[in-house]
Amino acid sequence: MRSSVIVFPGSNCDRDIGVALEKMQFKNQMIWHKETRLPKSDLIVIPGGFSYGDYLRSGAIAGKSLIIDEVIRAANSGCLILGICNGFQILTETGLLKGTLLRNKNLKFINKDVQIKVLNNKTKFTNKYKKDQIIKINIAHNEGNFFTDLLHLEKLSNENLIAFKYCDEKGNINENSNPNGSLENIAGIFNDNKNILGMMPHPERMIDEFISNKDGVNLFTSLLG
Amino acid sequence: MKISNKIVEKHGLKIEEYESIKKLLNRQPNLLELGIFSAMWNEHCSYKSSRIHLRKLPTKGKQVIQGPGENAGVIDIGDNDAIVFKIESHNHPSYIEPYQGAATGVGGILRDVFTMGARPIALLNSIHFGSPDHTKTKSLLNGVVSGIGGYGNCIGIPTVGGETKFNETYNENILVNAMAVGHANKDKIFYSKAKGLNKSVVYVGSKTGRDGIHGASMASAEFDENSEEKKPTVQVGDPFTEKLLMEACLELMKDNSIISIQDMGAAGLTSSSVEMASKGGLGIELELDKVPCREENMTPYEMMLSESQERMLIILEDGKEHNAKKIFDKWDLDFVVIGKTTNTNKLTLKFNNKIQGEIPIEALASKAPIYDRKWIKKKPQKKEINLKDLKKIKIEDALIKILSNPNHSNKSWITNQYDQSVMCDTALKSGSDAAIIRIHNKDKAIAVTVDSSAYYCKSYPLTGGKQIVCENWRNLISVGAKPLAITNCLNFGNPENEEIMGEFVECLTGIKQACEFLDYPVVSGNVSFYNGTNKKNIYPTPVIGGVGLIKKITKPLDHNFKKNNSNLILIGKTFGHLEQSCFLRENYSINDGLPPEINLKNEKNNGEIVLKLIEEDLILSSHDVSDGGLITALAEMSIVSKYGVKIQKPKKLTNLFKYFFGEDQARYILEIEAINLPKIEKVLKNNDVYYENIGFTQKDYFEIEGELKISNKDLFKINNEWYNNF
Amino acid sequence: MKFSVTVTLKKDVLDPQGKVVQNTLVNIGIKNLKSIRQGKYFEIEVDESELLTAEKIVDKMCKKLLVNLVIEDYKINKI
Repeated sequence: MRSSVIVFPGSNCDRDIGVALEKMQFKNQMIWHKETRLPKSDLIVIPGGFSYGDYLRSGAIAGKSLIIDEVIRAANSGCLILGICNGFQILTETGLLKGTLLRNKNLKFINKDVQIKVLNNKTKFTNKYKKDQIIKINIAHNEGNFFTDLLHLEKLSNENLIAFKYCDEKGNINENSNPNGSLENIAGIFNDNKNILGMMPHPERMIDEFISNKDGVNLFTSLLG
Repeated sequence: MKISNKIVEKHGLKIEEYESIKKLLNRQPNLLELGIFSAMWNEHCSYKSSRIHLRKLPTKGKQVIQGPGENAGVIDIGDNDAIVFKIESHNHPSYIEPYQGAATGVGGILRDVFTMGARPIALLNSIHFGSPDHTKTKSLLNGVVSGIGGYGNCIGIPTVGGETKFNETYNENILVNAMAVGHANKDKIFYSKAKGLNKSVVYVGSKTGRDGIHGASMASAEFDENSEEKKPTVQVGDPFTEKLLMEACLELMKDNSIISIQDMGAAGLTSSSVEMASKGGLGIELELDKVPCREENMTPYEMMLSESQERMLIILEDGKEHNAKKIFDKWDLDFVVIGKTTNTNKLTLKFNNKIQGEIPIEALASKAPIYDRKWIKKKPQKKEINLKDLKKIKIEDALIKILSNPNHSNKSWITNQYDQSVMCDTALKSGSDAAIIRIHNKDKAIAVTVDSSAYYCKSYPLTGGKQIVCENWRNLISVGAKPLAITNCLNFGNPENEEIMGEFVECLTGIKQACEFLDYPVVSGNVSFYNGTNKKNIYPTPVIGGVGLIKKITKPLDHNFKKNNSNLILIGKTFGHLEQSCFLRENYSINDGLPPEINLKNEKNNGEIVLKLIEEDLILSSHDVSDGGLITALAEMSIVSKYGVKIQKPKKLTNLFKYFFGEDQARYILEIEAINLPKIEKVLKNNDVYYENIGFTQKDYFEIEGELKISNKDLFKINNEWYNNF
Repeated sequence: MKFSVTVTLKKDVLDPQGKVVQNTLVNIGIKNLKSIRQGKYFEIEVDESELLTAEKIVDKMCKKLLVNLVIEDYKINKI
């Protein structure tokens, strides 16, 4: 499987996701944002970080970069797109995903391990997880508070477009298990065709027992098919 | 223009110093030159009050590649890997503008590390605030923590450890010390020493503005009609640009273009150019018209003294400009050749085709003043506290008092605001004795930690100095790392005060003795004097940052109890030293007496044997015993674990308070499996290590037989209360 | 009485956000752009009919909380 990681000035999880993809046997390439052509890819990853310092709005400036037109074209022709953290924010700024990510409810940057529940395991991104599986995963963001309009929210639930929700160790989805104020504890969503996934938590940080755990591995093996 | 005494004083120079400047120049300096002297001769750049004492520190060892004097220290961790690290203070700017002060402190120390060719892999900090009840404390804490996080998170270097302390001595003068640690190839270290004539001197990074021209610019404003517009401004950090600068520098460092490189830190262009020329025994000529400026009509004076952030000076090999510029263009950064190296041994500054200033390099560097300031020895204030004279309290209440105190409270409110996991090599995070960072793509790791003990240092600086080094060493041992070297940030009051100077000299002597004995050299550091206001100086607060090596990683060792019914061993002898203890301070507000004595021989022996046991995989969890004593250490272990403890009453020392709260040094708690006990006891006995079997782990409860029993959950709650109510 | 308060970084203080926004606008083809500084905007309603007194109250708010006087300037306008 060929993957491309888009690198913006200020991306800082690009190396981490690159390492993870290679470890999982993807044939990966790093693509600098000033490129105007994307190599043929089965998966495009927009990594975490602070593209352009997250100045103005998180993801706003990266959403205007040259390479993004290529990403949109690829997405529309069915290429798999994964946006993690800042990548999720960028995807909402480009319009590839609806909704937006507001500042965390407590107005602080949050880095910790949280639990999320896999709501839809019948997608190219999540098929190696069990339905309702609870996984422990790291979050690290200032703007992870997902918000969208009611219509879109209904559509997300009705069409099974919510990938993950924050929960506690026992799987309870409620205010106490919501780290950042996200609408309905949403941690990650798909587009209508389910070829685009945006998520705030960092699966690339969860592939190594020595450092954390291996709860992120299945996301990559799902993609490998 | 005539330089009056008033102008001299406004530049922070003494009249006698001004006289020596005239002698060195054989003439009166102009304002630009005076500004440059003031920047180079101030305490921060010249170390004029501390240098003769710093020379005594041990700085050499098999593991040392580069000691103090460069941007950062460098040590060898084998297999062509080197670790580059340094700690630095940003106290005054952080008090004025906590967010930006702390942020630019982090930015500055990161530049020191990547300037040497290392990719930063970890950030730590030691932050000290005034009394928790002081009106400014909360907003300062908030600002500093957001500033540290704001910078580190954005640039993508994990902030993995640190300490946060409160003491009214810092009410008017907080301490913000930041440490950065980087990894480099041993044969790809870059230094600041200039070499070769007529080489291009290149300015890279952000543009120069009127940032941080401090008091000096106020002096200059007197001669300027637009003085109102030129008020000194606070430096604003731009972590995004720093990230670009870091990547661009590291990219340029892959080939052989760079002769020398220096970050523009304090006193920006002045100190960086002088440093490079002075080390290389050369001169430097700068054409200031070429300096990229952010504001209009900037004067040479402002350009030379600006402290704008995220800038570097590089001396390039011939013919490499084109390639180098391509790299900086890619990262959208300024890249301008602004001068060249010369054989004049002078700093020559041109502007509008005219020489505006010319100073012999040695006048700014080697001939800068050095003072042997008067100091007095601290008289030991021996005072034994008799517990019988004090109000009776219960052990349980005393423990709760300590655990609920902000100094001992769980700090996750702070550490959750830092990205600790980015780069995916953080194996052990904040809240442990030390953090563990894996070397990327290798199966070895380093451990890092920072420590300070201001109360001990205040009451008896010599012992205090020794104690911090030992505690730092112990913290590394506790996670299974062999301590290799330290960096220090020496925060003190006014050195012109003999008592304060005495505190400095004696702390340093203590540090020296401990470092020598433990083969734990100092490879970098920073001195911050004049901390305090209106003759009220802060407690002497040297901060030690230590780095250790874990040669082969299997699993990170922390202080979480791993199993039910494991044996608990206390390493080291308990004498019950209560003077200067947390126990007396929190419960009786007593601050008298001497700190616990340090026995370096025991310290070394105990540490080495504990490390040996860890390396043989005989230890389930371990923790060092420090302030708060044995009971606090046990409680800290229980709080983070599924298991608690069941501790027997001591057999020898009968006073329970002395036994449980005494702060005797060189002690560790080890959790081991019963089956390994004979083997471990044999090693301990054979090596003359004093130990006691003190009890066992048990489910859910923290218990001292016949004295107290609290659930782990309640302990956790008590320990988290302060920040939860923040 | 209603006021608006505009808070901007002082003239000589580095504005990293403004800088990046400016570069981006130029890159996406906006012409004749000279400079951009980013700031904050507040709308404040004060329960006070005397203009001078009301202004003083708003000014106090600025000095006490809204503005970081070390690095920021502010302007009060009646709306």
